[in-house]
Amino acid sequence: MRIGDRRPAIDWPTAIEQGAPPTLAVWKFASCDGCQLTILDCEDQLLAIADRVRIAYFPEATSGSVDGPYDISLVEGSITTPGDRERIAEIRQASRLLVTIGACATAGGIQALRNGADIEEFTSIVYAQPSYIDVLADSTPISDHVTVDLELRGCPIDPGQLVGVLAALLNRHLVRPPTTSVCVECKATGAACVLVASATPCLGPITQGGCGALCPGFDRGCYGCFGPKEHPNVTGLRRQFAAIGVDDDATDRLLSTFNVAAFADAEQAGGSEP
Amino acid sequence: MHHPTGADGDTRRWHLDHIAWDRLVRQLMTDVDEVIGPVMRSGVVRLRRLTDVGDLAIGVVDAQDAGSYRATGSSMPTRFDHGPGPDSLKAIVHPAETPVWTIRRRDGELRVEPAPPDTTTRAVIGVRDCDLRALQVLERTQTSGPHPDASFAARRDGFVIVAVDCTRPAATCFCTSTGGGPAASTGFDIALTELADDADVHYVARAGSARGAELLDLVANRADPAVVARADIAVASAADVMVRTLPDHARTIVDVPDHARWAEVAERCLACGNCTAVCPTCFCTDLVDEVSLDGETSTRRRTWDTCFSEQYSALGGEPYRRSTASRYRQWLTHKLGTWWDQFDESGCVGCGRCITWCPVGIDLTDEVAALLQPEAVAP
Repeated sequence: MRIGDRRPAIDWPTAIEQGAPPTLAVWKFASCDGCQLTILDCEDQLLAIADRVRIAYFPEATSGSVDGPYDISLVEGSITTPGDRERIAEIRQASRLLVTIGACATAGGIQALRNGADIEEFTSIVYAQPSYIDVLADSTPISDHVTVDLELRGCPIDPGQLVGVLAALLNRHLVRPPTTSVCVECKATGAACVLVASATPCLGPITQGGCGALCPGFDRGCYGCFGPKEHPNVTGLRRQFAAIGVDDDATDRLLSTFNVAAFADAEQAGGSEP
Repeated sequence: MHHPTGADGDTRRWHLDHIAWDRLVRQLMTDVDEVIGPVMRSGVVRLRRLTDVGDLAIGVVDAQDAGSYRATGSSMPTRFDHGPGPDSLKAIVHPAETPVWTIRRRDGELRVEPAPPDTTTRAVIGVRDCDLRALQVLERTQTSGPHPDASFAARRDGFVIVAVDCTRPAATCFCTSTGGGPAASTGFDIALTELADDADVHYVARAGSARGAELLDLVANRADPAVVARADIAVASAADVMVRTLPDHARTIVDVPDHARWAEVAERCLACGNCTAVCPTCFCTDLVDEVSLDGETSTRRRTWDTCFSEQYSALGGEPYRRSTASRYRQWLTHKLGTWWDQFDESGCVGCGRCITWCPVGIDLTDEVAALLQPEAVAP
């Protein structure tokens, strides 16, 4: 879902009404598998999840598979090849609810650093047989290709947020991931503001919350892995970074990580709606 | 010269050397469930629970400015020679997260179990006048209407407040232009003035309640008039060092909703919500429901919200304050203007936290000054 779009209404799994466990599928595109591993890291809750859903497709965890349609599809990774584009369309067709998980799926990931670069030039440097490589010019989020019902941000996603969202989806409960900044979570958890108190560059003020202020909680600046918050004023933060001695190149590097494309889009769009 | 007094003109003064000080803190630890005071965490003076009298920050001074906070060591073993940190009493009495209820499904029925009131008794050490006044402002918002918040009242009732007069305000402070400080004026059990003679840090105390007087009688002796005079001078001179001011007619910013300054400040504002979080009187909350995976229990929590969030203004699904300018204007005109219409006072106590903790250093006093200037007429 692009910034500013309205969320479509949730199409609840009918299996819930019928008393049958909804089917859950987990799909992978261009990604490091870290978000899928986060699902497996929900150790204490994993059995409770398995109690409520039939895991129909999750190659990272099990070799068994069940044919679609699927009630809930969790999609990790970005679209980088023509084959990806076809596969995500099929997955959308086969899924009632499609939830993207992680910065790759929601923003194109760190691999979007290649967007705008010369693909032929670097495939010729990296690969012995560049002719085998069939990739799209850009790494793009899933929402550029199909309708996405819900996005879970982060690199990786937050396990607590994942379990909370699954619980909500399985019980026809309101789902409302945060839209406010990481700062809100710093203040709620009592983390010291590293930007104000130690002039540490921190992307928290322009980054969507949901992590519980994980990095500032360890006295580190937020590196924006949850991507831009609603209407982030990237230019305003850039000016403040300059004032504390972080030049534009350094700020560019801070913004050019897991959500590089999303922050670039946001900066171009400007912060505030008129 | 202004002579601070205790409750009802009580002119008694006590003197606390370091032995009496330790005795006071230990007595509080015996009397209440939690003693909270200024401690150092990640380079910042925070209000945190003490496990021992030695947890209190000692020998810390700070330098605060718009968007900047630095705490450094000093040669004097003072405990209160710094300005306000990011935490006010709000974080204790109206916390970032409050449980509201749990709903359980039992035998086909839904049972609502309201969260029990927090009856923990707390002593808070080192409360400044801005925060004493902010507590009263906040209390009015939470308990004066037709639906008083019982959880607020329960926490408030458990307070023992040991206030401190400000002898070295931060550069961001402007309490004197909002009708308060630097001496603790109201709503305390004990108020202290810190005095430092080389390595010897000691206190002159006055009582603001019968409980405060009892505590002081228990741990300290009466103060010598000479030392009382020194304390009064130290407090009076603090008022003169405040550079920032808020004009008396600040509330008239409600009359200039189309002033160009609103759009200018929105260019800088990150709409991050830091100002509302650190403001000791910003009280807005959201309600968050969470269901368990098995669908058998649902819990509701009340959390801090911020009018800088677009979703905050979502009514009928659509936000009506789309621009940052409209949100900044909402915050400032409510704080300084329409707060009067609601509660017959200003929502600002001049603590300066919104100035220090704004990541881009937006200064409320500068913004008000600019908004009160007539706009230049276009040529």
